[in-house]
Amino acid sequence: MLKSFKYFFLKALGALLDVLPIIAVIFFFQFLVIQKPLPNPEKTFWGFLLVITGLFIFIEGLETALFPLGESLATQFALKGNFWWILAFGFAIGFSTTIAEPALTIIAGKAGQLAIQQGLIENQSPAVSHFVLGLRLTVAFSVGFAIALGVARIIKGWPLIWFVLSGYGAVVALTQFAPREFIGIAYDSGGITTSTITVPLIAALGVGLASAIRGRNPISDGFGLIALASLSPILFVMAYGIFNYGGR
Amino acid sequence: MMNSGTGWFDGIKSSLLGAALDVLPILLVIFFFQVAALRKALPRFRRIAVGFVLVIAGLGIFLVGLEECVFPLGTQMALQLTDASFLTKTNGGQPLPVLADGAVDPRVYFWIYMFAFLMGFSATLAEPALIAVALKARDISSGAISPWGLRTAVALGVAVGVTLGAYRIVTGTPLHVYISASYVVLMIQTYFAPKIIVPLAYDSGGVTTSTVTVPIMVAMGMGMASSIPGRSPLLDGFGLIAFACLFSVIAVLAYAMIAEKMEKRYAKSKNSL
Repeated sequence: MLKSFKYFFLKALGALLDVLPIIAVIFFFQFLVIQKPLPNPEKTFWGFLLVITGLFIFIEGLETALFPLGESLATQFALKGNFWWILAFGFAIGFSTTIAEPALTIIAGKAGQLAIQQGLIENQSPAVSHFVLGLRLTVAFSVGFAIALGVARIIKGWPLIWFVLSGYGAVVALTQFAPREFIGIAYDSGGITTSTITVPLIAALGVGLASAIRGRNPISDGFGLIALASLSPILFVMAYGIFNYGGR
Repeated sequence: MMNSGTGWFDGIKSSLLGAALDVLPILLVIFFFQVAALRKALPRFRRIAVGFVLVIAGLGIFLVGLEECVFPLGTQMALQLTDASFLTKTNGGQPLPVLADGAVDPRVYFWIYMFAFLMGFSATLAEPALIAVALKARDISSGAISPWGLRTAVALGVAVGVTLGAYRIVTGTPLHVYISASYVVLMIQTYFAPKIIVPLAYDSGGVTTSTVTVPIMVAMGMGMASSIPGRSPLLDGFGLIAFACLFSVIAVLAYAMIAEKMEKRYAKSKNSL
């Protein structure tokens, strides 16, 4: 009883320490720089309490569900030993979590508005919804592709540097040719694709695979899936823009 | 009072629903592959189910707190710090200094750079996805990679990136100049940094743009671009996120390079004794 209380206390203290810097910065600016009282101190108090409690519960869930799940899937797939099944799994996880991502739907909608404004597509609902759906499918496909490629990389032991150097080189090159309407959303989509729930699962999967396969180093081979998942949408969205609407 | 109570409740309900929808595709895919490929029941199923409930509940509660408290405060502060009356006040009541080309001297925005730096730093430390990656790195390196060390390095990178992004919005210089220059630095570092850390460094760059940092940066960028004369939120608000990503990778690589150098020096001094 005492032991579990101590465990609970330490974990809660950890979450408090994670949030404390933001609280300190907000108070510093509110009272010392702007020199005005907080607009709604009661709401601020409850808000911070929710942030700390939520983080504490999330980290508990991380260690009881997402990490063990990612590891046990990696071990099961490695035992099974079928290369293509693992790739298909990586693709499915990347594609399905991205296509369901609400932030992507919002951003694709905004890009649709911009495309109408610039006269790239007609202001009619089938044209717009076709544009938005095409964009969402492209991003989801690119994330699925990236995770599958990243999983293949871990299994084969290819160094990540190859992918990163050539990938970012291609980003710089494509930026010169892609239609302007696509550049902003391309860079933005790289950032929104990896959600807070997907990241721990994917990280555990990669590290688990690298630990289960002989000759792979969990640190240098296991990480890198998230890096590829943030890089590949930038490339795919710009390529999609050039392919469908022509280069600049 | 009654009213604000139901407001919290509605907020929690909708953000729990959002987190549950995030989890749904993952569960479907895992279920399909358990049945079709692995043909085995998930080990420790009950424990994992409880964990998923914790993940959804925790993330839901966390997001409500952010949306009700941290984001509105951050947006309001960014607006106040770029407001003409605040700038005149910090300038000692004098009219703002103007450069030869008619633009306001970028130095008067001192506090907005400080705000960008400190907000970027502290928001990154509270980022749940980064905490997850740092814990994973600690576990597999059996403690050699310290979670706070990694998170502080990423946070410093984000802080520098966001500050530079804020300076760019103030001065209105083109984004691609900064991005290309940082790419060159990053490529050189990638070549010279200890190979083992490169994937982790790039992963932390992808992770920094997540639940806490992105909304704060977007709000800050939009706030600044709309209150600074001559800037448009549509064109200039963008770019803070790209900077934060790039600079967090640069910072982690730099941290690893410095750590390696220190270790070599330490080993040398030990040998010479």
